[in-house]
Amino acid sequence: MSITYLEAIREAQYEALREDPSVFLYGQDIATFGGAFKATKNLSKEFPNRVFDAPISEDAMVGMAIGAAVEGARPIIEMQFADFSSIGFNQIVNQAATLYWRTNVPCPITIRLPSGGTAGSGPFHSQSMEAIYAHYPGLVIVTPATVEDAYWMLLDSVKLNDPVIFCEHKFLYYHLKADQIGDRELPIGKARIARPGRHATIVTYSAMVHEALRAAEELQLDGYQIEVVDLRSVKPMDTDTILASVARTGRLLALGEAFPWGGVTAEIIARVTTDGFHLLDAPPMRLNSKDTPIPYHPNLWKSHRPTTSTIAAALRRLLRN
Amino acid sequence: MLLSRVLEEKLGSLYRAGGRIVGGVYLGKGQEAFSAALGVQLRKGKDIYGPLIRDQAGRIAFGEPIIDTVRTYLGAVTGPMRGRDGNIHRGRPKEGHMAMISHLGSLLSVVAGGLFARRLAGTLADSIGATSIGDGGTSTGAFHEGLNMAAVEKLPVIVSIANNQYAYSTPNTRQYACENLVDRAAGYGIEGVTVDATDLASCLKAFRAATARARAGGGPQMIVGTLLRLAGHGEHDDASYIPDTKRQGPSARDCLQVAEDFARDRGWMSSADLRELNEEVRRNVDQTVSKVSKEPAPDPFKENWQALSCSELVEGQHEA
Repeated sequence: MSITYLEAIREAQYEALREDPSVFLYGQDIATFGGAFKATKNLSKEFPNRVFDAPISEDAMVGMAIGAAVEGARPIIEMQFADFSSIGFNQIVNQAATLYWRTNVPCPITIRLPSGGTAGSGPFHSQSMEAIYAHYPGLVIVTPATVEDAYWMLLDSVKLNDPVIFCEHKFLYYHLKADQIGDRELPIGKARIARPGRHATIVTYSAMVHEALRAAEELQLDGYQIEVVDLRSVKPMDTDTILASVARTGRLLALGEAFPWGGVTAEIIARVTTDGFHLLDAPPMRLNSKDTPIPYHPNLWKSHRPTTSTIAAALRRLLRN
Repeated sequence: MLLSRVLEEKLGSLYRAGGRIVGGVYLGKGQEAFSAALGVQLRKGKDIYGPLIRDQAGRIAFGEPIIDTVRTYLGAVTGPMRGRDGNIHRGRPKEGHMAMISHLGSLLSVVAGGLFARRLAGTLADSIGATSIGDGGTSTGAFHEGLNMAAVEKLPVIVSIANNQYAYSTPNTRQYACENLVDRAAGYGIEGVTVDATDLASCLKAFRAATARARAGGGPQMIVGTLLRLAGHGEHDDASYIPDTKRQGPSARDCLQVAEDFARDRGWMSSADLRELNEEVRRNVDQTVSKVSKEPAPDPFKENWQALSCSELVEGQHEA
């Protein structure tokens, strides 16, 4: 008996619907069809009149969720791909994110973004949008890397009284499995030490946590112990855990799958150099995707994003400094 | 209508005098009949209203006290937006008065969503939603997406389109290519009517019928009102781009004058009654402005700089 990351997302939605009658699901092809990735499989059967197909109107989908939230509902919106949330961008950053600040009325909506690259998906079905949304005040951005976090953080997101951008990684949907879902260990906002070490710290999130762990294994053969910090949520970002790790290792590699300009890795570097410059024994490093749209062919795709070998190479450079 | 006109004239004069109002002032002059005719059909506390830039009259008719308008224009901390947002960007969502953002068309799906949630919770009963837009706003993707979604869900939403012929300075010929905006209603599979928006009686009739259809389960209703904006886009704009031929045309009738003549002709009000009403309204506006002028401005040191309602998730400032 095992459960995948994708099944955990489905189970969390099942549980959210079961626990709270004000929860409903709205998204394209999510009712009878069960969603493009089957993240809502059978939920419309189990919860009739709580799971709805939406027209291809990301702007209206988010606007609708906001209006429903004002009336006391707790909608979960499924974007078919994170990339298409750009069509709902205005509603997310200008309507949902400003509502509480402007009117004192909270906006408890959860927007699920199937994020990140898988081979063959190309420029418009592979994007990572977390940095874009994290830039705006008034949003919580979560990026689960484990089956447990996919489950518990989705349930926690639905209960939060603020808009949550839930970045679930498509590469992990089927690849990542757990024997069972354990207990909730950490709340949203707390990072996790995914692997303890003492020679360098990798701070990362989402699918890159697993690439980082593999790279750490590789460096282990050379006698280096690499600490891996899984941010879990990029906003809020757990700066204390990052700084504590850098204090132990003196070296930092900020790693992300998203585009290189600005973004989460730049934020990590900015915080560590601002608040923990004295902790660093070497200049911090960043590793991101290349600064081009995400390519289609697997050969190109594998070279576009950080991989175990490029991460290991970066770590070796970092440790030489 | 009269209260709205007088209040907005006051706001305009405060703006021109300088100092008091820091942002812009956007008037609904010439649109009061169309706006108020919708507002009076709505029941505050039961219906959901998403007004737009030129709906001062509709907001008053819906039940917004004018002190909310003045406090928001002056940025008073006592107002519904507490100095965090200004002028027309105001509301009390928990009372069904949605606070518009500047992005046109984006309130339509929000109003629809409120109704959707009520239907889900079994509390919809005969409540309806209504939102306003202008000719320019109908060109946005958000408007199309929102109206299509509301139509698919058959939600009781009134979509009031004030076709005032200019979106800021852009004339209708550069805005849409259909004969009449109401022709689009058929494309959405909803009912649509046009009305002479300078005539209060016609507006009241049209909105009364449309709201009744919506309450009875008839789905979204589009009402297109034809009129001319009798002011600039904002008080900073002299509207010199509107040609005299338009200013003298039938759509340039002042709806307030038309309504007053209508009431006088039927013997409902005498000229003396109207004068007295006018004075009473002016006193009310002056007293409100005077009261708000004495109220405290927001204090940046007392401000709660927090964009999330969950305090535990608010990040430290990380300032150097």
